[in-house]
Amino acid sequence: MVTRFLWQGMTRNLRLFVLLVLAVGILVPLSNLLLPADSAFRMPSWAVQLVGKYLCYASLALAVDLVWGFCGILTLGHAAFFALGGYCMGMYLMRQIGTRGVYGNPVLPDFMVFLNYKELPWFWHGFDSFWFAAPMIVLVPSVLALALGWFAFRSRVTGVYLSIITQAMTFALLLAFFRNDMGLGGNNGMTDFKDILGYSVQSDTTRAVLCFVSALALAIFLVISAAIVGSRFGKALTAVRDAESRMRFLGYRVERYKLFVFVLSAAMAGVAGALYVPQVGIINPSEFSPGNSIEAVLWVAVGGRGTLIGPVIGAFIVNFGKTWLTGALPEVWLFALGALFIVVTLLLPKGVVGLWNQFVNRSRERRARAAA
Amino acid sequence: MTAPGITHVRSTSALLYLSGVSVSFDGFRALNNLSLLIEPGEMRAIIGPNGAGKTTMMDVITGKTRPDSGEVVFDGAADLTKLDEANIATLGIGRKFQKPTVFENHTVRDNLLLALAGMRSWYRLLTAVPSKAENDRLEEILSIIRMGPQQHMLGARLSHGQKQWLEIGMLLAQNPKLMLVDEPVAGMTDVETETTAQVLREVNKSHSVVVVEHDMSFVRALGVKVTVLHEGSTLAEGSLDQVSADPRVVEVYLGR
Repeated sequence: MVTRFLWQGMTRNLRLFVLLVLAVGILVPLSNLLLPADSAFRMPSWAVQLVGKYLCYASLALAVDLVWGFCGILTLGHAAFFALGGYCMGMYLMRQIGTRGVYGNPVLPDFMVFLNYKELPWFWHGFDSFWFAAPMIVLVPSVLALALGWFAFRSRVTGVYLSIITQAMTFALLLAFFRNDMGLGGNNGMTDFKDILGYSVQSDTTRAVLCFVSALALAIFLVISAAIVGSRFGKALTAVRDAESRMRFLGYRVERYKLFVFVLSAAMAGVAGALYVPQVGIINPSEFSPGNSIEAVLWVAVGGRGTLIGPVIGAFIVNFGKTWLTGALPEVWLFALGALFIVVTLLLPKGVVGLWNQFVNRSRERRARAAA
Repeated sequence: MTAPGITHVRSTSALLYLSGVSVSFDGFRALNNLSLLIEPGEMRAIIGPNGAGKTTMMDVITGKTRPDSGEVVFDGAADLTKLDEANIATLGIGRKFQKPTVFENHTVRDNLLLALAGMRSWYRLLTAVPSKAENDRLEEILSIIRMGPQQHMLGARLSHGQKQWLEIGMLLAQNPKLMLVDEPVAGMTDVETETTAQVLREVNKSHSVVVVEHDMSFVRALGVKVTVLHEGSTLAEGSLDQVSADPRVVEVYLGR
């Protein structure tokens, strides 16, 4: 039944796309590891890291699209779930440092020694084990999403009011995590990671595996999202997006549908964040900044809201542009971001994927007319 | 165990029973001692000039408006004056509003599938495929509303008339005991109006229907018992020929 459920949303295009994602996740790291250093096809280590990062962003974009594109909940706080997953991973990585820290304390991470902590805060217990941290990566964002969604959807908070609440949530977390006495590293966050599951986070092999796992996670999220969107649940979900009160009149418990995708989406964002942290080597409160969540929404808008492929493409396009522009013309990036927002809203309401579909349909019609 | 709102009120064989219902808004009496009786299986047309209280009557039956006084009994047992909209909908009263709202990004068939009575649990819908019974029911409804050929068209691409028929179909899919249909032919062409009358006659074979309408040729095409409302109460009742021969009805409609 599970396989049938997972298979039901897999259209031919999506199958190809999932294979493409997996191919990127396998070929990019392999070319780095196996090809000789002077080969033209060898991906440099920094490129592997970059692709891995983009793959995590793509998962976050897909999570945003699942609630915004398919259920009409414009979330402006999804980076918070991403960051929470990242912090759970960061806590695990901190505990792996052990005596190799600057202060050499076997239990307390450096920043705690520096801040005169006498013992480990209660919520740090268990994070020395990966098998405790891993479920937390999913649970912490999910529980927050469940609590927020439960109250918001039950009270029928919708539209811009819900967007403001999610934005306020991520901003509140930003302020909270900045405080030193939160016990999570304050404004410096956590960094100087050494090992993950016993392997050095700096080594090319670990980086390659992390890049592959990020691709695998994205592929799995694509399959799960496709299954949900393609099911009768998915039909109900898009109907909620298009005419919520009509669904209520039909007897659907709209808030339960919203809550389910919201929690699932938060869990996906959490996993993406957890894979992101060991690849970039740092997690700090700036990940909670409201701008990050808004950027994630922009990736979806650029790629194509309400499509499964769109957010992945959007995340890659915008972040590639960001990497390139912040390198070449750093002061221009924010203006470019603003301009992109305007251009996409005015000219590309369905994003790049929408434009592509339009193009394909038009040329198909032209061919049909020519044949007739 | 009794469902909420089911209290002991006058027992009656009628499907819908209104007696002495009055509603005022800021001193204006929208309904004035209105009485109405709908038998099971009946189709009734309600006509009347603007402000006669047609829509207020629908609002009272569906729980949107609470009457100041009077009895509203559904199915012989449920006191509708004590229930809210959702409860009344679950009891089996479906209402089609004047303005059609179909799901624009879903096909005609999916619109009906969403409306189909039964499956509402979100986790079961994740793996559910339409059953044979559900597919048969969809085919049946599609043929009643004459939209079989358009079943794969998106809601957004339907004409105004087709949207109205789809709405009627969606109401039918919920399988209510009583269907309230508010001005179904407003804005329709003559041909569409004629088709709508046929559709509703077909619907009436299995469901009780109350239709509110201005259009006289449509009411004639329905060929059912007519209730004329005027200033919030029943002015006349009978076949269309009978009521249009009634001098009081002529006076209300044509003026002195």
